Amino acid sequence: MSERLREKLNILADAAKYDVSCSSSGSDRKNTNKGVGNGHHSGICHTYTEDGRCVSLLKILLTNHCIFDCAYCVSRRSNDIERAAFTVDEVVELTMNFYRRNYIEGLFLSSGIFKNADFTMERLLRVVKKLRLEENYNGYIHLKTIPGASDELITEAGLYADRMSINLEMPTETGLKLLAPEKSHQDVIKPLGFVKNQIIQFKEEKKLIKSVPKFVPAGQSTQMVIGATPETDKEIMYTAANFYKSFSLKRVYYSGYIPISNDSRMPILGTQPPLLRENRLYQTDWLMRFYGFDVRELLNDANPHLDTDIDPKLSWALRNMQHFPVDINTADYQMILRVPGIGVGSAQKIVQARKFGKLYIHQLKKIGIAYNRAKHFITCADSPYQLKDFQSHEIKGFILAESQSKYLKTPSNQILLF
Amino acid sequence: MPNLFQHQLYKQSIQSMIYIFDGSLEGLLTAVFEWFERKPGLTKIVSKERYQPNVFSQSFEILTERTKADRVWQGLTKRLDKKWMRQVYCSYLSEKPELHQDIFDFCIYIFQHPAGAEKNYGNAQVLSLAQTARKVEREKHRMEAFIRFQKTADGLFYCGIDPDFNVIPLLVNHFRNRYADQQWIIYDIKRHYGIFYNLETVEEIEMDIDINLLKKSNQHLLDEQEVLYADLWKNYFKSTNIVARKNTKLHTQHVPKRYWKYLTEKL
Ligand code: SF4
Repeated sequence: MSERLREKLNILADAAKYDVSCSSSGSDRKNTNKGVGNGHHSGICHTYTEDGRCVSLLKILLTNHCIFDCAYCVSRRSNDIERAAFTVDEVVELTMNFYRRNYIEGLFLSSGIFKNADFTMERLLRVVKKLRLEENYNGYIHLKTIPGASDELITEAGLYADRMSINLEMPTETGLKLLAPEKSHQDVIKPLGFVKNQIIQFKEEKKLIKSVPKFVPAGQSTQMVIGATPETDKEIMYTAANFYKSFSLKRVYYSGYIPISNDSRMPILGTQPPLLRENRLYQTDWLMRFYGFDVRELLNDANPHLDTDIDPKLSWALRNMQHFPVDINTADYQMILRVPGIGVGSAQKIVQARKFGKLYIHQLKKIGIAYNRAKHFITCADSPYQLKDFQSHEIKGFILAESQSKYLKTPSNQILLF
Repeated sequence: MPNLFQHQLYKQSIQSMIYIFDGSLEGLLTAVFEWFERKPGLTKIVSKERYQPNVFSQSFEILTERTKADRVWQGLTKRLDKKWMRQVYCSYLSEKPELHQDIFDFCIYIFQHPAGAEKNYGNAQVLSLAQTARKVEREKHRMEAFIRFQKTADGLFYCGIDPDFNVIPLLVNHFRNRYADQQWIIYDIKRHYGIFYNLETVEEIEMDIDINLLKKSNQHLLDEQEVLYADLWKNYFKSTNIVARKNTKLHTQHVPKRYWKYLTEKL
C-alpha cells in the first residue's frame, strides 16, 4: 500500500510542478481551535528544489486524468502517460503528516478535469473541508478554481481556501486558441471576477458582523506560460498589468515553457527554457508593484522587448537620462527608488537618515546601496565634481564592464534582482 | 551631528574606562545604568569572559541588578517602538562581542538625544544594530523553515539544531502557535538547552541524554510511520524538481550547505 502511495505521489507531484506558484504568504489564519497550523503573513519556503525554486507547499494534482487536450500540458488526454488519482483521505493524510513534521506550509491542490468541472471541483472541496473541519487544520491551502465550476461550489471552496488561482496559460487569446482551441480567456475571467467580487462582499459584511468567515484571505493569482507562443514582452506585461488591475490579483506568475512534446506549434523538445527572459519579466513585475513604475514606461511600441544584457530598471534609467543625476539629499522618495542600484530598503533608510544631516558616499555604501552602479545616477554631499556628462551608452559600458562577472559570465538561468 | 570619523579616532586613542559585565543582557543594561550614574566619558564594555587587564585603563566591575536593568529597559521602551526594542534584543542574541559595545553605545546615544534618533542610519551604532538584527532574524526565519521534526515512538516531535546565533528564544511563539496539539522539543545542541511544549506551556529544558540516540541507527525509538513519511517527502522533493531548470548555484544560495544536515530531503 505504501508502495502505491509513493507511485501516486511521484506521478501527481511531477504533473503539478509546472504550476510555478508556491507562495504561502498573505494568510493570517490563526490557530484558534487549538488544532494544528496557522498562516504566516510573509510565507515560509521550507526548502528549495535543485533548480532554486521555493518549496513551501505540497503541490499535487488530485488526478492527472483530464478530458481536455491542451497542447502545452503534460496531462492532456492525448498524451500517453501513466495516470493516477489520490483518494480524498490520501491527500489529507499526506498533508497532515508533512505539516506536523514542519516540511511544508500547507497544500496546493490542483487537478486535471475528470468527468466535468463540477464533479472535479466537488472532489477538491471534499479534501479542504475534511482538513479544516475534521483535522482542525489551519495551515495554508491554495486551491485551483476549476473553470466552469458552479458559483455555489466556488463560493464554498473560498470559505476554506487561503488562496485561489486559475491560470491564463497563454498571454493572449490568439496564443491560447492556437494551443487549446477548447479554451478561452473568458473561462478564466469569469471565475476571477466572481471570486474578486465575493472577496469584496465578504470583507464588507465582516466590517458589520464580526462572525462573518474569511473568504480567500490571501487573494487570487494566475500564471502565464512564456515562450510557447510568439508574444512580445510588451504583450505579456500589458496582459499582466491589466489583470493586476481588473482583478486585484496578488501575483501573476511567468513560467518559461519547458518543451514537453513534438507538437510543431511549439518550441521543439530539448529547447532551453527561456529562463533569462522569465527573470526579466519578474523584474518588470516588481518594478510595477513595488517601485511605482507604469508598465508603459518600461515597455511600449518603441521598446516592445526587454533588454537581455541589462535589467529593466537600468534600461529605463539609460533611456531617461534627463531625470538624472538625482540628488540623494533632496530628491523625493519615488525618484530615489528609481535609481539603479538602490532598492526599497535602502531608499527608505536614505530618506530617514538624511533628516539628520547630509549624506556622504561612505554612509550610502554602509546603508547598502550598490554604489558602483548608482554613482552614475546620483549626487550626494561629497560626490566628485564631474567635468563631462557621460552618454547613456558610455555609462552602460562602465556598468557592464564592472559587473561583467554578474551579467555575462553567469549562465543565463541565474536569477538576479536589482 | 558629531563628526563620526573624529569620534572614532578619539575613542581608540584614550580608552580610559573599561566596564566588565557578566555577559547577560541584564548585565549590559545595568552597565548603562551605572554609566549614567557616573558619566565616566568614553567607556569600553567587555564580558568577564573576554576581559584582559590593560595598564592604560581603569576598570569597573558591573554587578548585575534586575531593578537597574529594568529601568533602562523601561526607559528604552518609552523612546523606541516595538520593532526597535526587538532589534536591540536580537542584536544581543547574536552573541557577537562587538555588539556588546554597540548596544551599550546605542543605549547611551538614545538617552542623550531627542526622540527619533534611532532613525539616523548615518550613525554607526544605529546601523550596526539594525544590520545585526536582520542577520539574527534571518537565522530565526531559517530555523522556522529548516527544522524537520521526527516523530518518536512516544508521539513526541523532536528536532536538534545548532544555529549561528542564539535564536531559540525567538522561536517559541511561532512553534507554540503553530503546533498547539502536538508535543514537541527543539534542542540547541551547541548551546545545550532547548524548549519543550507540553500541550499547555513551553518550558526550557536541559537534557543529558545523547542526542545521537535519535539518529538513523536508532529507528526503534521512532514512530513506526516516521520512516515512511520521511521517505515520501524525499520522493516528493525529487518529483517536484524540474531538471531542465537545474541551477545549483541558486539552490545553494537559498539553502547554504551548512543547513543541509537538518533537511530530511537532503539526507
Ligand atoms: S484542462 Fe488543465 S489539466 Fe487538462 S489538459 Fe488542459 S491544462 Fe492540462
